[in-house]
Amino acid sequence: MALASEMTAPIAGEAPKRTRSPRGARRQAAGLGRSPRRSERPRWWLYIVLTVGVIAMIIPFVWMILGSFKTTTEIRQYPTEFLPREATFENYVQLFGRLDFATFFMNSIIVAVFVTLGNIVFSSMVGYALAKLEFRGKRLLFGLVLTTLMVPGVVTFVPLFVLTANLGLVNSYPGLILPFLITPLGVFLMRQFMLSLPDDIIEAARIDGASEWRIFLRVIMPLCGPAVATLTILTFLGSWNNFLWPLVVATTEDMYTLPVALALYSVGQNAAQYGLMMAGAVVVVVPVLIVFVLLQRYFVQGIALTGIK
Amino acid sequence: MVALTAAPAERKPRPPREAARGSRRQNRMTLIAWGFAAPFVILFLVFLAGPIVGSLAMSFTDFTTRDLQTPFNVNVVGLENYINLFQDPRFLRSLLNTFVFVVAGVPLTMGIALVVALALDKGIDRFRTVFRVGFYAPVVTSIVAIAIVWRFILQPDGLLNGFLSLFGIQGPSWLQDPAWALPSLVFMAVWRNLGTLMVIFLAGLQSVPKEHHEAAMVDGANVFQRFTNITIPALRPTLLFAAVITSIGFLQFFEEPYVMTQGGPLDATLSSAMYTFDQFGFGNYAFASASSYVLFLAIVLLALIQFRLLGRKQD
Repeated sequence: MALASEMTAPIAGEAPKRTRSPRGARRQAAGLGRSPRRSERPRWWLYIVLTVGVIAMIIPFVWMILGSFKTTTEIRQYPTEFLPREATFENYVQLFGRLDFATFFMNSIIVAVFVTLGNIVFSSMVGYALAKLEFRGKRLLFGLVLTTLMVPGVVTFVPLFVLTANLGLVNSYPGLILPFLITPLGVFLMRQFMLSLPDDIIEAARIDGASEWRIFLRVIMPLCGPAVATLTILTFLGSWNNFLWPLVVATTEDMYTLPVALALYSVGQNAAQYGLMMAGAVVVVVPVLIVFVLLQRYFVQGIALTGIK
Repeated sequence: MVALTAAPAERKPRPPREAARGSRRQNRMTLIAWGFAAPFVILFLVFLAGPIVGSLAMSFTDFTTRDLQTPFNVNVVGLENYINLFQDPRFLRSLLNTFVFVVAGVPLTMGIALVVALALDKGIDRFRTVFRVGFYAPVVTSIVAIAIVWRFILQPDGLLNGFLSLFGIQGPSWLQDPAWALPSLVFMAVWRNLGTLMVIFLAGLQSVPKEHHEAAMVDGANVFQRFTNITIPALRPTLLFAAVITSIGFLQFFEEPYVMTQGGPLDATLSSAMYTFDQFGFGNYAFASASSYVLFLAIVLLALIQFRLLGRKQD
């Protein structure tokens, strides 16, 4: 699949060239901001259409949060009312009492933190080599990154499980973490960003006698804040929402991550426990939504930088 | 599977050959650069490249769960798994479902996302951030969690049918009806993925030269003419890119049927990825690998075809 380079080109490569001003380029990279050409007058009916659209987008979240505070009796009655009549925390009490959602939450955090750290460190290192160093095998290395950019997890999970089983890592943190410590996407993102850094500062540091490692740590990395922020958000989110591999490799409850626990409970004996399942969904979704609203600039930047969520 | 263990050694920095033309400085740089790349390369070969090759290799064997401890003690059976696959009506059904999911879901997602992006780009001045955040929010959420919420919304006595009954419409039991189950999942996937394409299209729209629009307006072109003759051609690379990544994402759909329907009713929502997972669950590892490779080939082919089609029109 040598397509990935072409695929990402329209967003990551070509688009910035077309803009004229640096301000435009930045706005474009973030995919936001106002367009300077406001030739047409805003139309009031568009506001109505967009508002209805946004409400339709948001209602499932509202429904989820309201449902998580409803009692079982209230849920059983038909027709269901929108607002809970007597709000209750019972679902959350059960979630963290009878079911062990505190453990699942911690597992999700632990896995996501290590996966994110791994991606930041390793992607930055390769990214620097690919963006700023001339060496034999560079094209081969970058080609490998590009061709594997979009390989679906469903293609690799069977042999990966055989490998993990033979390493004795099934149902362990290393088993959950190791396969995701690197992603071609992370490398691609860091390389794209580092390409935009000027070569002069690196040359200057080399003339001063700094080693490549010192240049990487002291000159390049301090300039990579925005890229690291984006990469952090993308990988943490990817790990937090990851489902297939944890489902395969976590075999007992104490190793479940949140999505695995939620999915398995939702098809098991708790399936009919509407409020409980809604509360579980809230625990998975709401922290992410809060972070997203606070840091939405970086989320959008990630898409603009790589073209992939 | 040999590749899994043997490969990492090969990718290490190669010792400079005597006949190498490169200067000593270049050799040193190659060594340093591969030093930077080494941790990535090792993990890449073991956990990504290895399994990609391993999956293909396994698909030509009779690997089952009993061979887990002795992975090299399997028999090569050639194309048998693939032949059996295409004789299994459930596999063919899963391919059909996946195809329908992509063919219905991708254009729908792209169309709605383009309309929203156009409205946000041109039509309005205020509250853009609010709208953008609202449309994008589903993208960041866990599909598993949100599929559970949708499962309850789509119940026979759920929120959607309650809403429809306000207009005197008796909604079907969306997820239990073989005719409605797959469309319901398509609908949910469109809802979840709209935001990604909206952002990509917004970025693309900002690269459309405004001079072209101004010139066309002087020539008396109306909004629709300008859209089809200026915006769409200028957006072609973006549209192509969006079609490819959305299709690749939709081809792999798994969480939605796993949580909402378990592939039912009557296999109406059994996806290709879900079929693979089921076979893995039964211990048929080789069979699962073969089925996953069919999906993989479909992904590669689809990307190639889309590039051909849209690439040709561009020139």
